[in-house]
Parts: sequence; structure tokens; C-alpha cells
Amino acid sequence: MLQIRNLTKIYEGGVKALDDVSFDVPDGQFLAVIGLSGSGKSTLLRCINRLIEPTEGQILWNGEDITAASQEEMRRIRRKIGMVFQHFNLVHRSKVITNVLAGRLGYVNPAWSLMNRFPKEDLAKAFKQMERVGIADKAYQRADELSGGQQQRVGIARALMQDPELILADEPVASLDPVLAHSIMKHLEDINKQDGVSVLCSLHFLDIVHRYADYVIALNEGKLVYEGPPKDIDDQKFKDIYGRDAERVG
Amino acid sequence: MKKSNDKKASPWKSIKIGLLALLVMVIYAYGFQITEVNLEELRSEKRQTSLKRVTRALAKPDIIEYDQTEQIINFPIYIPCQADGTLPVAPGHAASDPFLIITPGCASPGETVQVEGFDFAPNVTGPVRFVPGSDVTNIVTLGRDVAETDNTGHFILSFKLPERPSEDVQYIRASLRKNVGSPHFTQTAKDTWEKIIETVFLALLATTFGTILAIPLSFLAARNLMKPVKSPLTSIALSMIGWPLGIYVGFIIVNWVGSMSTALHTNAWLALAVAILALVLVWMGIRWALPQAEVNSPGRLIRFLRLGVILLCVVVGFFGLFQFASLVMSVGKSLTLTLGPFGFLGNFFFQSGDIILVITSSLGALVAGGAVSSFLSRMGLQATEKLPAGGVKIINLILTPIAVATILVLLGQLIEWLYQIGKPFYTLWGPMITGVVLGLALAIFCKAKDALPTGMVIYYITRSVLNGLRSVEALVMAIVFVIAVGIGPFAGVMALGLHTIVSLAKLYSEQVESIMTGPLEAIQATGANRLQTIIYGVVPQIVPPYISYTMYRWDINVRMSTIIGFVGGGGIGFLLQQNINLLNYRGASAQMLAIAVVVASMDYISSVLREKTI
Repeated sequence: MLQIRNLTKIYEGGVKALDDVSFDVPDGQFLAVIGLSGSGKSTLLRCINRLIEPTEGQILWNGEDITAASQEEMRRIRRKIGMVFQHFNLVHRSKVITNVLAGRLGYVNPAWSLMNRFPKEDLAKAFKQMERVGIADKAYQRADELSGGQQQRVGIARALMQDPELILADEPVASLDPVLAHSIMKHLEDINKQDGVSVLCSLHFLDIVHRYADYVIALNEGKLVYEGPPKDIDDQKFKDIYGRDAERVG
Repeated sequence: MKKSNDKKASPWKSIKIGLLALLVMVIYAYGFQITEVNLEELRSEKRQTSLKRVTRALAKPDIIEYDQTEQIINFPIYIPCQADGTLPVAPGHAASDPFLIITPGCASPGETVQVEGFDFAPNVTGPVRFVPGSDVTNIVTLGRDVAETDNTGHFILSFKLPERPSEDVQYIRASLRKNVGSPHFTQTAKDTWEKIIETVFLALLATTFGTILAIPLSFLAARNLMKPVKSPLTSIALSMIGWPLGIYVGFIIVNWVGSMSTALHTNAWLALAVAILALVLVWMGIRWALPQAEVNSPGRLIRFLRLGVILLCVVVGFFGLFQFASLVMSVGKSLTLTLGPFGFLGNFFFQSGDIILVITSSLGALVAGGAVSSFLSRMGLQATEKLPAGGVKIINLILTPIAVATILVLLGQLIEWLYQIGKPFYTLWGPMITGVVLGLALAIFCKAKDALPTGMVIYYITRSVLNGLRSVEALVMAIVFVIAVGIGPFAGVMALGLHTIVSLAKLYSEQVESIMTGPLEAIQATGANRLQTIIYGVVPQIVPPYISYTMYRWDINVRMSTIIGFVGGGGIGFLLQQNINLLNYRGASAQMLAIAVVVASMDYISSVLREKTI
């Protein structure tokens, strides 16, 4: 159970990216975050694992306050929260297997990992996850030799290596074509339904939201403007979320 | 503003341009004055002839020579003519021997006589010179005339007598030289070869050591890595106390271990056994104390035990290192004697052992300093997180003055050592009091739990030190090192190495600052700590620019090492400078040629390597 309470983020320079946002994510939910570019979706996701320090408010995860956690505790919390990015954020010059194993960095002893030593179980696990997303044959290629869809699958495998209880997906399909987008979303759905991992996914296209999400929250200029199931987004709600001039397509 | 740009040229604008042109002219005129531009000098006869001579010498590098046989014939002459009209007696000669005829047999100083040679070897050349004084064996000669025989061995030339009037008979000497045998390298060429090899290896060592040390420094000088590093005052104060304390304790322990090791070291086999045993023990200890992965954090007792085991491992490890170093040294020593021409390999082992010995002591002290400091700073962090603000404030009030005073007193002692002031008020009590006051002020004015930007402080200090050292030319550093370690290539290696460290660290850090942040974010999100983030997120991204900068630096070092010898830093520069000072331009030319060949081929090799690796 993830509970966001009155979360506010003001960047240096006074830009208010999040304004008093509160919502709950029950375990096992597939929650879509929608809103225009710059509405605070990315900031929200990054506040949850404190890649960005929130200015005010609380984030409670299984009853523990993430915002008050120390550095040591943060390491323990972060390793249970996988993250998938729009631009995949793989280390280009490293091999796929290294990128995937990086998901274990929160678990392994730092001293050993610095010498690129991972336990045997982790290696086996890495191959299992790569097989799951269908890139096991690419394990020893460089990450930048892969196509966009394959790179995003490496990103998902990396997140899976963390044995996550929650996955934060920051526009995971925004730089992929529609066919690839669905295949990536299917992987996320599979993780959500099979493993019971909660997924927080920011998305642009409403058809994808309708197809995959259980629940939707919408942000506009940092404020929570909609909260409810995807089917309840009618034309009026749509204009509230995306502005009066927006046109519905698809 | 925009409007005035659109306007047509106004008189005011023209005047401005005119004044600007005038100013530029004045600046350049002054420049001419300062740099003494003077073509008149270039045109003068004297300069022309010396230039011609030097250029011709430079065009003939002293590389290959023949063994020569010399036919030396002296012929007597009176300058001026004797009062009684006696002419010098021509020396007798065998029928086949060469001989000279000078007509007339006497003349006034400055007059021209004709020198004719017969029966010399055909087609040879050599100088014809005046021998001052009446001693026929005098090796000092005057004049620059050169005779060249035709294929019958005959030559004829006009010889201008020098202003050397004498009562006694004087001589004109013709020394015609003939090449015999096959060509071979001159001594200069051999010396040049030896020194150019030295030069190349000087550059190699300086680049290698410089690169190795520049890499960690470059992380400290990268703004994007250092900016997020923040720690509360308690932790900073504790780590500031921890460094000197740890270094002191570490130094004592390592030296104690070292003396134990020396006492034990009797023969090579024992040393080998001990070194291997130490390695195995350390390996086992570390395997136990640092498990590869742990889901739950262990209890207090286990953690305490682990810390103890690691400490023990470190001591045993250093003991093994000392044993290993002395083993390597003794092996090297015996190899030097037995390997003959490959004795340098033995010397390499011997010196490496010595380097390990020297480094181990300081390394041990530094490791201990780092360990104690980071342990204390972690304790400070935990205290800050767990204790109430009031308690933290009190701890800060006690610790910060101690920490700042410690650092200032150490600085004061350094100043005392450098300048020998001899007044403890300035170098001991003063800094101590200032430190206590500053520390108190810091502790009072900082909020107890605020995180201070330690990273940026380290960043600015590193940057300033790098910039300061970088502005000192390697040539100047070499002067200092020549005094520290004596004249020779080692001083050059140290100077170039130091300069390589500081300039590469700066270039590297700029590369670190321009990496993509996405992967870093992703690695951080997995729960990786800072060091893991650097190894997995930063390092793979900076490998190509690091290689390319290292190659570039290698290039610079080769060029620098050719002149580092000017100040005694070894390499070919010493020979070059010596030859220039002795006006031996043919020798200097050989060295310049060698430098050109080496620099050009290094340039080629490095560009090929760069293409291959990136």
C-alpha cells in the first residue's frame, strides 16, 4: 500500500511542480498517471523513490515514511521499487547482462560489486528475467546495439531483478511505435497480474490507459484534477485534464 | 539599442573605427619595440655567414662517419720576409710522398700566397690552415680554407696569410683526409639512440603513473558527482578528526608490521610461504566478513566481529605485502646477477619491490586515515539521524571546535616546518584558538541537522589545487625534483608525472561533467550507493574520452620529455642542450632529427591506437 499525502515539490527558482497531491495505491493496482507534458508526472514518480527530494508532504509505503528515511534506509527501500524510463536509461557501452545485473546493486555487498562480482544466483536470475522479456540471446551484446523496444525490455528486466513490490514507469512507451508500445505494456501488465506488483505508470495515450490501467489519476500544473477508473473519463473530464482546446483523438 | 544599429554610418562611428585602428597600430608598434624586431641585423654580413655555417651544420646531422686516414704536410713560411732575404728551407720528402709548394716563400701579413699540393691521394678534401707559433706540432690552427685534390692528387689554392707576424719560421698545414672502410655510426649517433630510448620510456612511465592517479582525482573535481554529496556538521567534524588520527595510527601500525616483517625475513622460501599464507588468510577472512549478498542486515555482534576480522585482515595483508616486497627485491637482486644481458628484468623486480615497500607505508597510513574517518563520519550521520536536535547541537559544540582546531594546528605546524618561524603563538596557540572560535561559531550558527555541501567544498579545493599546480610548467617542476631525487630521468618522470596528473584530472573531470544523467538516475533508483553508481553508471560512459585524452597526454609527454633534460630531468634534452652550448651544431642536428622522428611516429601510433579503441 502506497499512500501519498499532501505532496508538494517546489523547484529552486520557484516552479511548483507538484501542488498538494494526495492519493492511495493499493497493493497490486495498475495505476496510470496522465496529464500534459510538464504537468508533474515525472516529478511525482521520482519523488516516490526520492530521486527528487519532495519539499513537503509524506509518502507512506507499507506504513513507513519514505520522506523521513535515512540514506541507509533509502537504499533498502529503493531496492524494492523498480523503475522504468522513457529513454530506457541503459548504460550504452555496457553489456546487456551488466545492465540487467545492475538491478541487484541494492542487494549485493558493495565491495564485491565494485569488482563486478555477482553471486551465481543473481546471474541465473538475470538470465531468467531476460528470457521472460525475450532478450536472453542478446545478453552479451552492447546495450546500444539493441533496438528501442529491446532496450526497454532490458530496462524492465533490470527492474525485475530488484524483486520489486512496486514499479514506477515513467512514460515507458512514449519513444516507441504503437506495436512495440503494446508489447512493452503487456510485459508490465504481466508483471502486475502474475507477480502482483503494483505499477505506477505515466502515460500519454488514452487508448493505452483504457486498455491496461485499473485506475487513473490526472495532473494538471501539479494539481490532482482527476481520480477514478479510466472509463469515467468523459469529454468534460478530458477537457479538465488536458485544457479546453484539447481535441480527443482515437 | 536596436534602432542605432539600423542607422547608417554616422561620423561618430567612423571616428570610433579610426581611433580603434590607431590604437591597434600603437599596440603593435609597441610590440615591435619590445620584441626588438630588427631586419637590419639579419642582413649584416656577420649574421649571414654564421647563419649559413649553422644551417649547413644542421643540414649534416652527425650520424654516420667513415674511418679516415690523414695525410698531413706542414710547409714553413716567413711572415713577414726576413731582413736578409732568407727563405725557409723546404722539408725533404720521399719520391712517392705528397709535398707542398708555397710561392712566394715569404710574404707580409694579410698578403695572399699560392699553396700548391702534389702527389696527395686523388679526390680527397681537407683543410689548409695556418699553424700559429713556431711549433710545427701545434694542434691549434687558423683559417677555413679547404683543399680538394683532382684525380692526380694535385691541388692549388690562394691562401690569405693571417695577421701573425713573427721573427721565427711559421707553418701552413694541409691535412687531407681520405675515407676508408665502410660507414659506421658516430659516437654522437650512439649517444643519441641511448638517450632517445630513455626519453620514450620517461614519457611512458610519466603517462602511466599520471593516468592512474588522475582518474580518482577527476571524480573529486567533477561538479555533477560532488554536488549531491552533503553531510551534517557532526559527521564532517568527526571525519576531519578521523583523518589525522587514522593516518597517525595507521602509520604507527604499518611501520610496526614492517619492522616485524624485516625481523622475520631470513630467506626467500620462508618469505614466499608467509606471503602466500597471508594472502590465503586475507581471502578467507574477507569472504567471511563481506558476504556477497545479504537480505537482512545482521545483528550488532556479528557486525562487530566482522569489523574485527577485517581489521585483522588488513594487518595480515600488510604483513604479507611487506614479505612479498622483500621477496621480490631479493629475487630481483639474484636475477640481476644471473640473467646477464637481461639483468634489467631483475633490476625491475628489485625496484618494484622497493616501490611496494615505500608505497605500502604511506598507503597503509592513508587507508587507515580513510577508514577511521569514514567510520567516524558514519557514526556522526547515525547520531544526527537518531538523536534529538538538542543533543546533536551539544555534540556539535564539542566536536566542531576540536576538528577545526586540529586542522588549523596541523596547517600551522606545516607553516612552522616550511618557514621556521619558531614562535609557537603564531603556529600553535594562535591557530588552536582561532580554530576553537571558528568551530564554535560554525556549531552555533549551523542548524544541528542541516546537511552541509561537503561535496562542493571538496570540489572547489580539488579544482583550486589542480589549477594551481597545472599553471606550473613541467620544466619548473623538474627543477624541484632534480633537487629532490638528483639529476637524471627519474626526476623527469616525477615532474612530467605530476603535471600529467593535474592536467589529466582536469580534462577527465570535464568529461565526467558531460556524461548522460539518465543511466545514473537508473542505477541510483536500484538502491545502489554512490560508489556503485560511479562504477556502473559513470565509468562505462567515460572510457572512450579517457583513452583519447590519455593518448593526447602521451603525445605531449613525449614532446615534453625531449626538453625536460634542459634542466637535468634526463632524456635527450641534456645532450641537445650540451651540443648547442658547445656550438656542436652537427651533434645537435642529430638529436633534433631523433626528436622529430620519435614525435612523428608517436603521433602516428597514438592516432592508430585511438581509432582502434574507440
